[in-house]
Amino acid sequence: MESHDLDLDHDSVYDGLLGGDPSQWAFGTDFEDPLAGVDTTIPAGVDGATLAAYCLMLGDDALVYAHRLSEWTSNAPDLEDDIALANIALDLLGQARLLLARAAAADAGVVPGLPEGSPVPAEDALAFFRDELAFRNVRFVEAVNGDFAVTIARLLLFATHRLALLQGLVPSVDPVLAAIAAKGVKEVTYHRDYAARWFVTLAQGTDESRRRLLAGLQTVWPTYAELFRCSDVEAVAARQAFGVDPRVLEPEVDAVVDHVLATSGLERPDLPPSGTRPLGREGQHTEAMGHLLAELQVVARAHPMGKW
Amino acid sequence: MTVQPEWPLYEIFVRGKRGLNHVHVGSLHAADDEMALRHARDVYTRRNEGVSIWAVRADLIVASSPDEKDPLFAPAGDKVYRHPTFYAIPDDVPHM
Repeated sequence: MESHDLDLDHDSVYDGLLGGDPSQWAFGTDFEDPLAGVDTTIPAGVDGATLAAYCLMLGDDALVYAHRLSEWTSNAPDLEDDIALANIALDLLGQARLLLARAAAADAGVVPGLPEGSPVPAEDALAFFRDELAFRNVRFVEAVNGDFAVTIARLLLFATHRLALLQGLVPSVDPVLAAIAAKGVKEVTYHRDYAARWFVTLAQGTDESRRRLLAGLQTVWPTYAELFRCSDVEAVAARQAFGVDPRVLEPEVDAVVDHVLATSGLERPDLPPSGTRPLGREGQHTEAMGHLLAELQVVARAHPMGKW
Repeated sequence: MTVQPEWPLYEIFVRGKRGLNHVHVGSLHAADDEMALRHARDVYTRRNEGVSIWAVRADLIVASSPDEKDPLFAPAGDKVYRHPTFYAIPDDVPHM
């Protein structure tokens, strides 16, 4: 720490936010650009179209789940958890933005056409102007929230899976994916921690909280296996060393989930997985997805020339 | 049906990136100490403010009473000689 800084912040922690521009105090200071200094050219040996398709999968997982989690805003059991879930949603939205922008950069063909002169950037066009069939997220993330216990059960499985996935992407040969993963690992580590703490708390809380958590686990469990199904795109991505084959993540994710279950005094649900193919990755979604997209997209679609 | 007791109140102190000391930023409810830290992280450091958090159960804080304001603090009001303002401070002494 430099000595001339020592006088700052003595009276209010918020003094440190002022930075060089007092009008920007509410936004904090010293933010880091996760892609600063990163080479954005597509590396040799990486197929641009496959890279784009792969980024859409990971980006859509984050975007759709962020939207679901954001539905808790003002509805969570406590104000503090309201903000916690909104923070998690915003972290995932940030990952989605970077991933969708990478998809557009890798293959401009994935971006939906907009009217001539539209100021809507590619990442927004992908989020707001794609139809349901073009979304590549797993069905796991599009399901309705249910109550808080269902949400915690789903968040635990999602965050445990995504943390393993992002850790696997840190050595990606695509420097942009590697940088996005390095940033995401820190975020999702907290998401997993948050979910695991609440999972154990609900499991060992009251009879009612345990009953609800068990019901939540049973609700989300059949679609959990979908997270480890390998689509054609992911297989190629793993072969070209910029992506991860989801099947290799299963033992690691299972071990963490089993640890949380054991700490909670719960068994794995004895339920068969629903389906055998990664249908969401192929654009085949459930009824819930249409409703979600309608709400997510309606305003942007009404203003294709809009500036946000 | 019994009334659910509220979670205990915690007072939150955050040390800013360039701050020397922890500063009181507000309060929140949490079921236990660990949850208080997590909630404080979520509520009070989400705009890149902090590098360290203290959480203290509000009922563990010993506070002076406003009724005692005069006997506690008024006597110091006219003791100007307690400030070391009658010395010439050399230019190269920082933080004075």
